[in-house]
Amino acid sequence: MMTDIFVRAAEILPPSRGAQLRARIFGHTTILIGATVILTVLAAALAAPWLAPHDPFAQDLSQRLIPPVWDARGSWTHVLGTDQLGRDYLSRLIYGARISLLVGATAAAMSAVIGTTLGVLGGYFGGRVDLVVTFVITTRLALPVILVALAVAAFIGSSLAIIIAVLGLLLWDRFAVVTRSATMQVRALDYIAAARAIGSSTARIILVEILPNIANVLLVVATLEMAQAILLEATLSFLGLGIPPPAPSWGLMVAEGKEYMFFSPWVITIPGAALFVLVLAINLFGDGLRDITAPESRA
Amino acid sequence: MLAYCAKRTIVALLVALTVSIISFALLHLSGDLAQSLAGPSATATDVAQVRKAYGLDRPIVVQYADWIARAMRGDFGESFFLKVPVGELIADRLPVTLTLGICALAFALALSLPLGVAAAVRPNSWLDRLALGLSVLGQALPSFWFALILIIVFGLKLRWLPVSGSGTWQHFVLPAIALGYYATPAFMRLTRAGMLEVLASDYIRTARAKGLRTMSVLFKHALRNAIIPVVAVAAVQFGFMLGGSIVIESVFSLYGVGYLGWEAISRADFPVVQAIVLVLACIYVLLTLLADMLNAVLDPRIRVR
Repeated sequence: MMTDIFVRAAEILPPSRGAQLRARIFGHTTILIGATVILTVLAAALAAPWLAPHDPFAQDLSQRLIPPVWDARGSWTHVLGTDQLGRDYLSRLIYGARISLLVGATAAAMSAVIGTTLGVLGGYFGGRVDLVVTFVITTRLALPVILVALAVAAFIGSSLAIIIAVLGLLLWDRFAVVTRSATMQVRALDYIAAARAIGSSTARIILVEILPNIANVLLVVATLEMAQAILLEATLSFLGLGIPPPAPSWGLMVAEGKEYMFFSPWVITIPGAALFVLVLAINLFGDGLRDITAPESRA
Repeated sequence: MLAYCAKRTIVALLVALTVSIISFALLHLSGDLAQSLAGPSATATDVAQVRKAYGLDRPIVVQYADWIARAMRGDFGESFFLKVPVGELIADRLPVTLTLGICALAFALALSLPLGVAAAVRPNSWLDRLALGLSVLGQALPSFWFALILIIVFGLKLRWLPVSGSGTWQHFVLPAIALGYYATPAFMRLTRAGMLEVLASDYIRTARAKGLRTMSVLFKHALRNAIIPVVAVAAVQFGFMLGGSIVIESVFSLYGVGYLGWEAISRADFPVVQAIVLVLACIYVLLTLLADMLNAVLDPRIRVR
């Protein structure tokens, strides 16, 4: 009798929010594709020492520019071939994933802190504070990013840490713009007025009431910024002022292979394709995230 | 209207001023400028002499004021490396970069406007999906890599187009595609959204009820209103393209401002780098200002905001 009631209740009541979220995630193809690729790349990056068949830095001039295995001249010793210094391309690609993911994640985290702080300040306080925030955003947008990043990296010397810092300091604009308008919308809602009425402090309202409610938007922006940071690091490295050699940054691999691309096109197509697939996966994941967390798509 | 323009102009000037401070600060990032100018083997007296010759012994605020006062008259000092006035260098190279930017913008608009309109006319059709798919793929394509692929395919395999230099219009085709594709998704989405909104409005129904031809309704009546937001974004994207030209110009050896900037950065030619950052940023500020004003003219609702 009792179980009967529970069974009926389960039929009538909508599934719990967690179950709904799981259903939405697994019903969404792009987010699944994106997440699978990202997790695969992440796993490869973490397991690089065990996964890579060769030392990514070991040069062997007798083994220069061997084509990948699908070419008639290729062999299984070097699945993706070797570069102009005889280094195993697959091993370099796997170790390169570490650089891309590290730069993407840390630069995005750094720009998230800067952008969200600015955006929340402008959106919450409005008035003069907002004028200043808008001005800072406008000024940042006026700066040619690649040129400034290149100049800074060249003038103070480029290293992994400096590239991350430069990108983090330059890429916060989207965070600031999105947070600002999201905060403005949330701020006007009744529950914020209620929080103020029961005597919550401004800090509490921002941290406990506003931030959790714009978190899904921020997560989507974070994926976009991560993709952007990965592309920019590759671009800077390609131009010779990003991650210094012999590190296997994918952008640097394309730059080093450029001279040989006419007769050995795989030296640029492989690292470029890796970059493309990773960035595409992150963007697909972000798009999917927006679809499943957008309030209008909530059942 | 006048008040709106005045307000926007003041903000634009302030932004330009702030940018000038930032680009001036870029110069001093490397530490002691006189030391790096004099070279590693210089004695203390040499360094002191260089410091005096370049006016680096003065207070930093005086140096900035002097630099910006000259910069406003188009005098950006002399290139450390080429020993030529920086203003002349930039004036020489700017036409190439502007041509590239305009071609890239034209390519992006020529591709995205028809696709955007078609996608809005038949939402969720295969064409709409194709357009969406292309824009998702395009956003993930690294521009330097795309440029190299274009070179391999169209320059080396098919031999249709030249791959380096800036002599003829053919030299600009591949760089314009490599620079312009990145802006197409934004244009396409805006056109699609704008068209969807406009096509649902009453005056379009009236135009259709009058029996006007579909093409005339779409392009003469609807697109004209749907395109307003695209104008502003086009100006902003043009500014981004000028900044992004550094990558494309160095891949295609186009002798523009971007290439000059990359060379200057590689040989620590500070005055040139500083001037290029300032010039590109000012062009961007000017473009966004013009876009805002054009928008205000086209859409009177903006003025009251």
